[in-house]
Amino acid sequence: MNLGSILEQTISQAFGVNAMVFAMAVIGLNVHFGYTGLLNFGQIGFVAMGGYGLGMSITIFGWNPWLGILVGLVYALIFALLLGVPTLRLRGDYLAIVTIAASEVLRILVRSTTIAEWTGGNTGITNFAGAFYQFNPFTERVYDFGPFFYTGPNLFILSIGWPLVLLVTFLIWQLMRSPWGRVVKAIREDEDAARALGKNAYWYKMQSLMLGGVIGGLAGILLAIGNSTVQPDYFVPVQTFFMWTALILGGVGRVWSPIVGSMLFWGLLTATDGVLRGFEAEGWIPRWLMNASQVGQIRFMLVGLGLALLMIYRPQGLFGSREEMMLDAR
Amino acid sequence: MPADTAGALAGVAHQPGVDKPDPILVVEGMRRSFGGLLAVDVDKVSVQRGLITALIGPNGAGKTTFFNLLTGFDEPDAGTATFDGQSVSGMSSYKLANKGMVRTFQLTKSLTRLSVIENMKLGAKDQKGESFLRAFVPFIWRYQEEEIEDRAEALLERFQLSHMRDQYAGTLSGGQRKLLEMARALMAEPMLVMLDEPMAGVNPVLTQSLLEHVKGLRAAGITVVFVEHDMDVVRDISDWVVVMSEGRVIFEGPPDVISQDPAVIDAYLGAHHDAPLTEEQEEQQIARAEAELADSEDDIT
Amino acid sequence: MAQEGEQGVRARVLADDPATDEREPVEGVAVRFFDQSGAELGSEVTNAEGIAEIPLAAPGIYQVEIDATTIPEGMSLPNAEEIRREANVQAGRFATVIFQLVVGEGGGGARGTDITLRRVLQLSVDGIKLGLFLAMAAIGLSLIFGTTGLVNFAHAELVTWGMLVAYFFNVLGVSSLFGFTAGWPWILNGPVDLISAALMAVILGGLLGWAADAAVFARLRRRGTGLIAQMVITIGLSILIRYIYLYLFGGTGRFFRSYAGQQAIAIGPIAVTYKDIIAMTVALVALIGVGLTLQLTRAGRAMRAVSDDRDLAESSGIDVQRVIRWVWVAGAALAALGGVLLGQSDVIRWDVGSQILLLLFAGVILGGLGTAYGALVGGILVGLGIQLSTLFLASELRSIGALLLMIVILLIRPQGLMGRKERVG
Repeated sequence: MNLGSILEQTISQAFGVNAMVFAMAVIGLNVHFGYTGLLNFGQIGFVAMGGYGLGMSITIFGWNPWLGILVGLVYALIFALLLGVPTLRLRGDYLAIVTIAASEVLRILVRSTTIAEWTGGNTGITNFAGAFYQFNPFTERVYDFGPFFYTGPNLFILSIGWPLVLLVTFLIWQLMRSPWGRVVKAIREDEDAARALGKNAYWYKMQSLMLGGVIGGLAGILLAIGNSTVQPDYFVPVQTFFMWTALILGGVGRVWSPIVGSMLFWGLLTATDGVLRGFEAEGWIPRWLMNASQVGQIRFMLVGLGLALLMIYRPQGLFGSREEMMLDAR
Repeated sequence: MPADTAGALAGVAHQPGVDKPDPILVVEGMRRSFGGLLAVDVDKVSVQRGLITALIGPNGAGKTTFFNLLTGFDEPDAGTATFDGQSVSGMSSYKLANKGMVRTFQLTKSLTRLSVIENMKLGAKDQKGESFLRAFVPFIWRYQEEEIEDRAEALLERFQLSHMRDQYAGTLSGGQRKLLEMARALMAEPMLVMLDEPMAGVNPVLTQSLLEHVKGLRAAGITVVFVEHDMDVVRDISDWVVVMSEGRVIFEGPPDVISQDPAVIDAYLGAHHDAPLTEEQEEQQIARAEAELADSEDDIT
Repeated sequence: MAQEGEQGVRARVLADDPATDEREPVEGVAVRFFDQSGAELGSEVTNAEGIAEIPLAAPGIYQVEIDATTIPEGMSLPNAEEIRREANVQAGRFATVIFQLVVGEGGGGARGTDITLRRVLQLSVDGIKLGLFLAMAAIGLSLIFGTTGLVNFAHAELVTWGMLVAYFFNVLGVSSLFGFTAGWPWILNGPVDLISAALMAVILGGLLGWAADAAVFARLRRRGTGLIAQMVITIGLSILIRYIYLYLFGGTGRFFRSYAGQQAIAIGPIAVTYKDIIAMTVALVALIGVGLTLQLTRAGRAMRAVSDDRDLAESSGIDVQRVIRWVWVAGAALAALGGVLLGQSDVIRWDVGSQILLLLFAGVILGGLGTAYGALVGGILVGLGIQLSTLFLASELRSIGALLLMIVILLIRPQGLMGRKERVG
């Protein structure tokens, strides 16, 4: 078992493409739940909309790739409208159920053979990001520096994605410090109070849903360019739950939590994966307890257990304040 | 009571549904049913501008439902409403608030994870910074924000909450929250303040303080309507009283007269306090209870 | 053919002919093999035994997909979602994935062809069957919400629990775990008959429900943990439990002993198997029993009262916490039974939970969150809706119908068919 290589993998993953895409998607989720109190359990659907918007524009419609980015964002916006109109007048739990259902409907639809000519069916859409990679300055196959280990194309998307994540984080920070942010936070605390003071709660919730959704779409675009492919089986509900775990880990409603939470999430997952595989390879784990192919399943168990334990014992996450958590009337 | 304002109602008859000389709020034909039960059945209520009007009645009279209907937190099955001359029938709560009718809540709704000063600033109307796009350009709303902050601080001073300015509202005591709720409502510069049982669960000392603040509202020309149980409070500050029972308005008049009216006494005390129920009355009560039970059982399945 | 000590994946394509009750291997079907990341490893065509296989370099999770266009004329794959299946390959072993075709008309990726009365009736029967099983799980979900306000995202895992427990007792037996119990009476011995296994499933299901409330949710309620936090906890638990199932049970679908593929009998224009008739009868009896309990017994009325208006019930002297405990026990036991019936009628898999959770929600919302009879009606309607939707939609899209119906209901009548309006907005 090579501790050094496990450490290298952990750090590379913590700063890697998965963490970056998650960070962006979780910024959106933070807008929804952290700041506005919306129970969005379908964030992965917004990510799918962004990715498929880009992929479809380039491959199926044959449009300009830059226009494709816009299309991806518009798809996410439309999805937000479709979700918001029927549900934002109802209790929060209903939004939770509908968002999961809608994301699944989306995935089943996109995966189906019925509309496969538009969406690529269960293989998805592949090999469309070439136009973007023209700009890739990292022409080596592999870059190995310090604890980091990335392929050329990965380093490219990371060098675009992370600054973008920081930019969006900054913009959200500005927004939440403004009176608009104040109204949205008030709605989170008590919608009736906000309405009694003249604020159109429904419209603010819709705006928040759209904003967080478009940010999720942006994550999907980064994902699509990074992998140069979109596949329906990636966009399953458990991904949203992973995002929630990352959000809660980093601290709900705090400006740095999406970044910190996502990096921690992927780092921890990679580390435990690596350690377990190491143990298994050394033969330290008896065969009847676990074999090599089951290590990947442990990952999911850990996330599920971790999420439950977090909510029970440390719902404010690693960086939230206990006081604020105690004041949470929900 | 200030002679000139109370004098405005001097000639008004002590009848339910009577018109007022200068009404700020008029509702007619307001009805609301739940299941089979008619909770509110008000033919007419008119609220005089600039005075303090109390809405009282025993438990189950429909006061809370009526209050919610008036403030846009519930939709009536039928009825019209006019506020400051404009029709506001069926208007939702936030629109009413923007028109100048602001309400408070019996169970105070302090926004617990916002600071006291942020709670206050929220109350202000027409904030440019509350629009999504403009929010990104602080230059547009900075100046207004400072103005709002000044107003908020002045109000906090008046309500003696300045020292809690930067604390989370969730750390305030119950009484402090009542004060915050009232102060916050004033940030919206309302014409009409609707107070939902403002003295509920409040200690006698704070009650006095709140009463003074309510009188202060009237002195500033703001109309007040409040729902209340405590008859002492009602007698102390209200200029006019509307009494409800079983969904209807059964009496209107100045506070010193209402405790005399037999219909009011009946509604509050019920005949059985003074005399045993006649067989007929008893059967009526049983029938009513059974109807309610049957209704709720229907809902269960 | 495979070498000793090698591992790999074997796909077997068989066709059931309901008319003759024969099962034949199907030759000439193209099969593709993929690794876990979706990369294609190879493609083979089934031989005269209906087998197509490839050796693999390493154990792990692989995917097998049949090419629907190479299915012979006159046959079809009943459940088009199952075109691609997962195989958990152990070192040195071949994992087998069976594709069950049906002779005669079916669903597949094709749109439903004619809307004949026969098809409508057949689909209705299938729909009611599915709906009855869904309703059994939906009732618990709805009552848990009604009594505690909690949206239990882990509820569908209780269904899987039922079928897995029954599988254990029916196919493996206690003595497979504890060798020394061989020869001991009844369930402590080896594999038992399905009825005993089902009984164990119901008992252990109820036990799990009891434990969930006693060990977790009652404590959270006492602590004052908010409902949203509790909901997120159920989500975490559902992921944990589901992957424990995968870990212990493996990725392939399995069947109870001696109940796989029974002959269909014809009742008028409809074809039904004996096992399905029995399953539906059991479900119907159970549901009627539940209905009578809720309506006539004190415990049942207490459950309905607490579910409808908790504060009112408490103030009339009902021990709310005890009622909640009973709701968890009964709801879980019922869900477990539903799982057994589902496993007997369809297939036993580790991820049944994730497949039906949304359908359960659709049924509960349709009927009205918090009502028992509503959940019953809603579950059946969802089952019917799903099956009947294949008249108009490709069968791979049929769960979409249920989900869209749920969204439509939320638009026009959010409290569902039997719920109360005040709970909703």
